[in-house]
Amino acid sequence: MFVSRRGFSTTAFLRDTTVCCKQIHESQCNQTTFIHSFSPCLLALAMAVNYGTRSLTQLAELPELHQMLRQTCRDYAEKELAPVAGQLDKNHTFPAKQVRELGAMGVMAVEVPESLGGAGMDYLAYSLAVEELSRGCASTGVIVSVNNSLYLGPVLAFGTEEQKQQWISPFTTGEKVGCFALSEPGNGSDAGAASTLARQEGDEWVLNGTKAWITNCWDASAAVVFATTDKSLKHKGISAFLVPMPHPGLSLGKKEDKLGIRASSTANLILEDCRIPLGNLLGQRGMGFKIGMQTLDSGRIGIASQALGIAQAALDCAADYAHKRTAFGAPIARLQAIQFKLADMAVALESARLLTWKAAMLRDAKKPYSKAAAMAKLAASEAATFVSHQAIQVLGGMGYVTDMPAERHYRDARITEIYEGTSEIQRLVIANQVLKEYQQ
Amino acid sequence: MAARVLVGVKRVIDYAVKIRVKPDNTGVVTDGVKHSMNPFCEIAVEEAVRLKEKKLVKEVVAVSCGPQQVQETIRTALAMGADRGIHVEVSGKDYDSLGPLQVSKILAALAKKEEASLIILGKQAIDDDCNQTGQMTAALLDWPQGTFASEVAVEGDKLKVIREVDGGLETIKINLPAVVTADLRLNTPRYATLPNIMKAKKKKITNVKPGDLGVDLTSRLEVLRVDEPPQRQAGVKVETVEDLVGKLKEAGRI
Repeated sequence: MFVSRRGFSTTAFLRDTTVCCKQIHESQCNQTTFIHSFSPCLLALAMAVNYGTRSLTQLAELPELHQMLRQTCRDYAEKELAPVAGQLDKNHTFPAKQVRELGAMGVMAVEVPESLGGAGMDYLAYSLAVEELSRGCASTGVIVSVNNSLYLGPVLAFGTEEQKQQWISPFTTGEKVGCFALSEPGNGSDAGAASTLARQEGDEWVLNGTKAWITNCWDASAAVVFATTDKSLKHKGISAFLVPMPHPGLSLGKKEDKLGIRASSTANLILEDCRIPLGNLLGQRGMGFKIGMQTLDSGRIGIASQALGIAQAALDCAADYAHKRTAFGAPIARLQAIQFKLADMAVALESARLLTWKAAMLRDAKKPYSKAAAMAKLAASEAATFVSHQAIQVLGGMGYVTDMPAERHYRDARITEIYEGTSEIQRLVIANQVLKEYQQ
Repeated sequence: MAARVLVGVKRVIDYAVKIRVKPDNTGVVTDGVKHSMNPFCEIAVEEAVRLKEKKLVKEVVAVSCGPQQVQETIRTALAMGADRGIHVEVSGKDYDSLGPLQVSKILAALAKKEEASLIILGKQAIDDDCNQTGQMTAALLDWPQGTFASEVAVEGDKLKVIREVDGGLETIKINLPAVVTADLRLNTPRYATLPNIMKAKKKKITNVKPGDLGVDLTSRLEVLRVDEPPQRQAGVKVETVEDLVGKLKEAGRI
């Protein structure tokens, strides 16, 4: 909302906060005197001080814990992921061994409390982990992200204690991964128009329909499936269900042959009279759309982090090459054309990173974070495509061949602008939030 | 059964960094350069933690000598499974001239103070390649030593150590207390898990001054000059064997 992010003198702070409070107050209702509006401002000031301190220091330098985590994930990505990423991509191989190792490290369930087998850390830690891992292998990054944000996320937020025991604990070790089934062949962005149906028959739910573009599905042991329980209620008639995999009535379509992130499996999920116990309903009946949207809000931070990792890897590749490649008698790093490209790439990447960290920290502080998350995902995905595009340009011919990873980064980056909310949807979300702030 | 293990960890310039010599040739550039734990020290920590997991030792204590920054290195050891850390504060000129002799004196004093019965160190540091600290520490304590260890097994109150030597592998049996230095093939260090990184924050690091241990840090060595290795020259092609022999004689090689 309004936190003062400039200097940290108390007077400046008071001035900023009081100005902001005044603006909000003016915008919210009729003009009252400033003195009357001061007490809500005091509360706001207290909140802002608390939040402001944390956000300032964290944006300038990460806390030690997070630095250690980042370094560990970076080491793992450099030693275990980067060397095999090319092969994994070429052969479309699911990195089962790496996923198990990451599970043992706690990375497959970062936010899950220790009592359920997770690492019990915050979303900023998760974002750092996904970024560093994606820098090594973007496919592994998305597998980690989907398991954390899209599968464990909703169960953690909306599941009963019993559901958490059954559907979370086995999915923290890397032995099992989950997936998230919202999109359908007939609707992606138009999530409210779900045509997969769920009807109650005795003590079972019976699901029918097809879900499309489901990441992880060929390697998953469970899915969060969204289906309409009351077509007349439109999007308020959608509910979320937990479906084990494999399961009678559930089959998988052919693995999609994708442009990038090829080590992760993507396919249709086909439900034909798929019967699940009543207890597999996640949250309340009709809550599905809300669960979906809230989950995607968080998932956006994960995908933004993946995009950052891809962009960083592409920048690393380009900058390293610029030092080594000589043309016109000197390393191309001396040429301003290359320098300007690298500068633009670095700025795009760093600004997207700060947006992502901010979104993660807002979520950790339990503040509204939809706008920040949408901005992060938009900025990071567009940064990833921009940086990887320019990286190929810097590498020239070498960027076009599989000998260098630049072409893989280019292919991997492209999907980040599409899944978990297209860039167009992100813009709608952001515009919506911005306009709300200026509500007449 | 060794109750307490002391593991020495050294903060060195990361192995992947390209080293540059300072313009005044007094040393290498360390400002703003990425540092990390010496790889052989990582192997030493891993071995100590494994001994603890096998319940052959009760406590693993990580020790590092240096300025404030070495606390990061100690925390990494804690995240790998060490129980607590000791930071021996050495900074400025003392730190620049800190070498195996002083460190071994510090470790010997600490071993007595902490009543450690096993010291595990890396065989050498990748910055100075001295390969002396372990041996000196053992001598100062009058303890047996198992250096270049590629395998360590506890057998009652003795240690069986398989050492990598030029001729192959040598197996020795030494009494505890002892000093062991880790070689490359001793083990593969683990990645710190997130829960362990969190736990590391709560583990204690005590600060100690060398003076408290009665150690004199004066160095017997003085670094005169540091130079880059000579640039590799291009080779010369010759037509016949006679030419080759002639060139070699010219160069004074034969």
